[in-house]
Order: sequence, then structure tokens, then C-alpha cells
Amino acid sequence: MKRIVIHEEYCMGCRLCEIHCLVQHSKSKQIIKAYKGEFPKPLPRVLVEEQGYLSFALQCRHCEDAPCLEACMTGSLHRDAETGAVICHEDKCVGCWMCIMVCPLGVIARRREGKKAASKCDLCAGEKIPVCVQHCPNEAITFEER
Amino acid sequence: MVKTKYLIIGNSIAAVNAVEAIREIDRHGSLCLVSDEPYHTYSRPLISYYLGNKVEEEALLYRPDYFYDLNKVQAFLGDKVVSLNCREKQVVLEDKTYIQFEKLLLATGGSAIMPQMPGQNLAGVFTFTTLDDAQRVKKFIATHQVKKAVVIGGGLIGLKVTEALVALNIQVTIIELADRILSATFDRTASRIIERALKGIGCACLTNTTVKEIRQGEEDGRVGSVVLKDESQIECQMVIVAVGVRPRVDLAREAGISLGRGILVDEYLKTSVEDIYAAGDAVEAYDLIAKMPRPVAILPTAAKQGRIAGYNMAGGRKVYEGSIPMNSVELAGIPTISVGLTDPAMLADVDRRNSLEIIQDYRERESIYKKIVLEDNRIVGVILVNKIDRAGIYTGLIKDRVDVAYFREYLLKDDFGLLSLPREYRKHMVIGQGIEI
Repeated sequence: MKRIVIHEEYCMGCRLCEIHCLVQHSKSKQIIKAYKGEFPKPLPRVLVEEQGYLSFALQCRHCEDAPCLEACMTGSLHRDAETGAVICHEDKCVGCWMCIMVCPLGVIARRREGKKAASKCDLCAGEKIPVCVQHCPNEAITFEER
Repeated sequence: MVKTKYLIIGNSIAAVNAVEAIREIDRHGSLCLVSDEPYHTYSRPLISYYLGNKVEEEALLYRPDYFYDLNKVQAFLGDKVVSLNCREKQVVLEDKTYIQFEKLLLATGGSAIMPQMPGQNLAGVFTFTTLDDAQRVKKFIATHQVKKAVVIGGGLIGLKVTEALVALNIQVTIIELADRILSATFDRTASRIIERALKGIGCACLTNTTVKEIRQGEEDGRVGSVVLKDESQIECQMVIVAVGVRPRVDLAREAGISLGRGILVDEYLKTSVEDIYAAGDAVEAYDLIAKMPRPVAILPTAAKQGRIAGYNMAGGRKVYEGSIPMNSVELAGIPTISVGLTDPAMLADVDRRNSLEIIQDYRERESIYKKIVLEDNRIVGVILVNKIDRAGIYTGLIKDRVDVAYFREYLLKDDFGLLSLPREYRKHMVIGQGIEI
């Protein structure tokens, strides 16, 4: 399947990936509305970790043996048969946070505003290339067949 | 007589995951599934959400309604296996159907423990593990306008029921035998935080005590009160007994399959009988933290065991590496996660207990608590209260037995992340599935 590959040596920590991810997963898909006017507030599904000069963008790896799929008690987390991506059916999720307990990368976030639900990377279902990759100015994340 | 390649007894988490694993390897081999419950694959942990009106009945489904068709499963729902003949590889159902199998999975789950006490058969006394239980409780509450309830058992099930009852405006008293609630999964500090929060939403927690008798009220045959061991009496119209669950092993026992506290399995999840496997809450598998075989009745374990047993039934050869007890549960609005060995004080092995190290961060005013238990510089247990984000990083370190000596000062920081981990391990984690960092 096509996956997001992380190249930490090229990441400058600009966090544009987080911004574009948040906007992409908002209702309006417009940056100002997404940041200021939406409830529940949309969350970025990519996380930039940074310390001094070292930084990298991290999102769900869509693991082959995904522990979150096994821990999900509602069945809301599932693997998309076509893309192989691990997707959360947010309407069905009750926010038990079992997935957060088992994800070794810590890339599932809690949506706490409005209806509780797990929030995670969906590889921008519908987009050819995930928006974080599209907008990374330094190719610190790339989308490749692996 | 029905003949099938694969037979699965059970229809919950382990069974469903076994079906999916079998189908990853064998698309067409005949597959039958038998369950004594008449329902589609529902999720048991959701029944407290259902009781508290947080989810509708349809939302209890663990898999879409086309699950059986998609996976070519012949499902016998609401039918019970009455006997298993290992030598003939045959089971008999209650309706006299005979099923002959090549490979069998026992995913019979657990059943609620009901301690003997006077009054236990009164109307209004319930256990709480199945959808039927939840529906009976729901109906009873609606019919009899329950205002006060007693929950016996301050474990996870008892407290999730409590939360649901509170949402229905019922006043709950929790009766716990130990000196604190959640004694099996938490330490003293974490228990106290939750106890305080439960009191905050109007519940009473009575510890170090037990119900010795349930008495009927004025209404004939219905609960009116409970009597505690110190003779004090608590008025209530309903009692929920949630003192624990035990592996359901009757069928395996009668068939002569080896048992411990649950069905004994080898590392491939095969029982003592060739071609018969077992998975889920019915099983006693190796517990990586307790370092001995022990039933660990949690959902992720059931799913993982189901998957592995399914693979192996279909000709794969995957090893089950062992269980790590863990729970994620939100109680009275406080999210909590506990993994592994959380309270060294509970350990019987004194040498081991003394070799453990604890690091913690307790911010009492904010009810934030983070505790990490270390053994030889490796994490063996974690408790997180209120700050649970990225908890799985710890779980991963426990599972992979990573030496944390070089970054232990970062472990409790609020921004602890992959960046704090050694570069090699971090690479291994993201490369794991063929991805480079």
C-alpha cells in the first residue's frame, strides 16, 4: 500500500502539515473558519515532535498488525479494504480510549468537544496524496508505495 | 448432520476475530459458528453505555450486519452446544443438530460470578455481563421506577454500571469487599481519585464490607434492602452483582480438555486436544507481567487470541506471546489507563516486590496522576489518571521490554514522546512495517 514515509533529517518543524491536516479535516475546509469558528474544533491528525534542531512529523503508520484494531471495543476502527488504511468510524466510536492505550506511536488523539471520538490519520481519504505530504515544503514526508 | 471445516463456539470478540483471521488465509473453507445468545456480534463492554442511554441498541454491533455473509459463516444463533465429543470431532446442539468439524475453536467467554446469599433470587437482583442482562435491568428500571440501587463490587464492571445508573438518575451505593474500589487494577492513590469523583456525582462507596443478605420490600418478591455484614441496612429497589467473571469451561471440562482456572492452551492457542483451539476470556494463557499462566479477561487479549487461533486453525503457525493486563476506562468523567503491574504492594513475591522502582507525578488538586513501575530499568506497569494521551508509547515499551535507563527522566514529562526514545528504537518502531524514518 501507499504510505507516508518520514524523513526526520529534512523536517524543519514548520508545522504546516499540522495546519493543512486540521483544515482538511474541518467542516468548512477554510483555514480561518476551521481555526476560529467550528465546533467541535477540528484536530490535526499529524503531530510534529520537536526538540532543539531535531523534529519530525508523525502520523498513524497504518500498521499491518495494528494493535488499535484489536483493542477497539466498538468496531469503529477498521481497515479500509481498498487502501489498507486504518480508519475510525467516528460516529460509532464512544471514546473509550482503548486505542490510545495500545498505540505504540501515540498517534491517536482524543476528540473531547461535542461527541467524544478517536481522531486519527485517514491518509486523506479521497485525496490522491495526503495534504500533509502535498504541503510539506521540504519533502520531509513523502507518499510512497512500501 | 452438518459437516464443516471450521467450527467456532462463541460469537463475541475472540470468535469474530478468529473468523476474520481464518478468512484471510482460507476464503472458502466451510465455517460454522454457534452461540447460545440469539444476537448478532455485539460488544459486551458497550452494554453499560446502552443501559445509560449513551448508545442505541443498533450501535452495539461489533461488526456490520453483513459480517456473516461477507465471511461465509453459517451462524447458529440462540442455539446451545450441549456436548462435545473430541474423538469423533462432533458437537451436538440443543435442537439436536449434529455438527462434525475438522478444527474447533472454543471461544466460550466468561460468566458472571453470583455468590450465594439469602435473597439472591428476588426480583431486582441482576448480574451484568450480557445484553440480556442489560435489557432485563433496563426493563426493570422502567417498570418499577427504581430510585435507589446497590452495586456489589467496585471493579470496572461495577463502576461502569454505576455510571450508567447515575445517568438514569438512580442513587447508587457501591459495596466493596476490599479496602478500596478498583483494587485489582489501580493503586491506592488512583482508587482514591476515582472514589472522590464518584462521590462527587452522588454515589456512596462503602469499602471493607459485604452484603450478607438481600431482603424483600413490601412488594412481594422484590428487593427492598440489603443487609451488610455489620448488620446495617441499605434501602434499595435493585441490586447489581458485579463481583467478577470466571472462564466458562463447562463444555471443555465435560469433553476432557485440560483446565486450569481457564482452558489451558499452548503457545499456538491449541488446547490439550489436537485440532481444538481456545481463545478469549475462557482461556488461561501466559501472563507476561505475572510471569505465569492466568486468565486475563480483557477485550484486546480476546481479539488477539482469536486472531492467532484463527490463523493457526487455517494452517498458519503464529505464536501467542502472552497477555499484558490493561484497561482504559473513563469513570465519572475522569479518563484512566492502567497497564501491567500497577501496585507492587499487591505482589506476594517479596523479593520481586522489593526490586521494583516507582516514579510518579501526582498533582492532587487537578486529579492528575502518572505512575510508572520499573523492574531492572524496564517499565512493567503504568497508571495514568486524567492525562492519558499517548499512553500506548508506555505500553509499547512494556511489550518490547525496552531499557529506559537513558531516558527515564523524560518518562513523566507531559510532552514525553517518541523524540525522547533512543533513535534506534524510534527507527525500529516506524520502520517496523517497511517504513523508514
